Amino acid sequence: MSIDWFPLWLSLRVAAISTVLALGIGLWLAWLLANRQFRGKEILDAAVTLPLVLPPTVLGYYLLVLLGRGSPVGRLYEWMFGGPLVFTWQAAVVAALFHSTPLLVKSARAAFESIDRSYERAARNLGASELRLFLRVTLPLARRAILAAAALAFARSLGDFGVTLMIAGNIPGRTQTVALAIYDAVESGNGTSARVLVLIISAVSLIVLTLANRLTTNPYGPRQTAL
Amino acid sequence: MIQARIRKRFGPGPESAGFSLDVEVKAAAGITVLFGPSGSGKTLTLESIAGFVRPDEGRILLDDQILFDGEAGVHLSPRSRRCGYVFQNYALFPHMTLRKNLEFGAERIPRLERHRKVNELLEKFHLTDVSGRRPHELSGGQKQRCSIARALIGSPRLLLLDEPAQGLDAPLRTELYSILRQVRQEFEIPVLLVTHDFEECLALADEMIVVREGRIVQSGAPRKIFDQPANVDVARLIGLYNLLPVEIQALDPGRNVSRLRFEGFELNGPYFPGRLIGDRVWLCLRPDLLSVAPRNGRPGMNQMPAALVRVVERPDRVRMEFAGDIAVEVDRGEFERFSGVKDWVIEFPQVGLRIL
Repeated sequence: MSIDWFPLWLSLRVAAISTVLALGIGLWLAWLLANRQFRGKEILDAAVTLPLVLPPTVLGYYLLVLLGRGSPVGRLYEWMFGGPLVFTWQAAVVAALFHSTPLLVKSARAAFESIDRSYERAARNLGASELRLFLRVTLPLARRAILAAAALAFARSLGDFGVTLMIAGNIPGRTQTVALAIYDAVESGNGTSARVLVLIISAVSLIVLTLANRLTTNPYGPRQTAL
Repeated sequence: MIQARIRKRFGPGPESAGFSLDVEVKAAAGITVLFGPSGSGKTLTLESIAGFVRPDEGRILLDDQILFDGEAGVHLSPRSRRCGYVFQNYALFPHMTLRKNLEFGAERIPRLERHRKVNELLEKFHLTDVSGRRPHELSGGQKQRCSIARALIGSPRLLLLDEPAQGLDAPLRTELYSILRQVRQEFEIPVLLVTHDFEECLALADEMIVVREGRIVQSGAPRKIFDQPANVDVARLIGLYNLLPVEIQALDPGRNVSRLRFEGFELNGPYFPGRLIGDRVWLCLRPDLLSVAPRNGRPGMNQMPAALVRVVERPDRVRMEFAGDIAVEVDRGEFERFSGVKDWVIEFPQVGLRIL
């Protein structure tokens, strides 16, 4: 009996793209939460955490409403790319993104906050702009913690089930990720396929998380990063 | 020339009493030391001048530029103040080599000029050989020199140092002091340094400002402050005196004498203008102005019998500590002359007695 490798390939691709996007959005949010005081900060903080605690179906429902063919965002997407977003593999990326970004924000914020303030003060004192401070000091000092956070986000993207099911569906060969394929395989009594995919996804996640843990040991002493 | 008038209040928190800072600091080229205990507001003053902290009120003027003006709402960002700052933990960027650390502070200087300037400072601070290393590969002294070099790279108009000698051993301290004297000579800018070590003030300061609980209690040349602490608080901060609680028993302006009482012992001193009989004051005496003698029969005038508690060896002197918290410092030769003596008297001078 042959195993369909498409779900594995799709999952890896979705997780990779969503991790890159999550880094862009997540680092910005984390920096904002770690360094700026503004009104509604608590609400933003809570909102960012929300996807971690909500049932995936609830998150998926929101996204479906937000991105569906009838919504403004959905229509804008359709107008720009000539097709609907929902029930495509791109929707699976969005699902993974919402599923994993909160974790990345949490870790990156902790990493930013654990950087000794005197480094930032020193950089400003030496004439650095906020952008240069971020690129040349904050980011390099938090580099390992951020890579670790990205690894966590990647692993979490791989593991999403509910949100993907809600907005990308479970279309074999198009939007069926590993998690969905395993569910299908178990449902249809295809034990071999389920076992192989389960083992592979576990192994990949284990490797990624081991890497993440190794990254959190800091070369400059214990003070600057923590996860 | 830096002139700063800074006020800042912190309301009481759940675990801390409120604190208010209200200081006026003026410093010309040369080394000015802010001296005070921890929590007195000296570092906060430095941070306000550097722009890390925004005061509630006041005005900070560096040369002719306004860095902060509470009323006009001016608060320049730290990056445009051109104040060199040496952090207590050095804050050298750990991911950059020493050379990169310096270059980071010289980004505004044109490339060729920058290269020359970085090399010049590396040379001056004897760091050329280790310029390719990162901070964690450097010795304490090298880190120290690098942090000062980095603070100076942008040709600052003012150099601020936050407890630079904290945690350094004696040879490194000596080295630091000679570096700072070199800086004073070669860069004609005000150097403002924070410390709680009075000997550092004596070693370095042209001017000294004593800060306590957010207020300035005395300022002047360190030697002068040492000779004449303004009040008992300053004397306690300096920590080098015998402070004895005495009561004034008699005052005679005509003969310029007074009589003081300390724990049942009577002492003759000079007339103290502006004091009244019955006043309880502090007698402030440097340990080296007292002397000791073996006790022979009745103690003479201004000789107080005292029990020796401990002898502390100093490099060139011996510090004898007596019961009642009185310390006397004598030359080694004098101390050895008295070897074997069991009963002592402390001799108080009659002139030069200071009360606070």
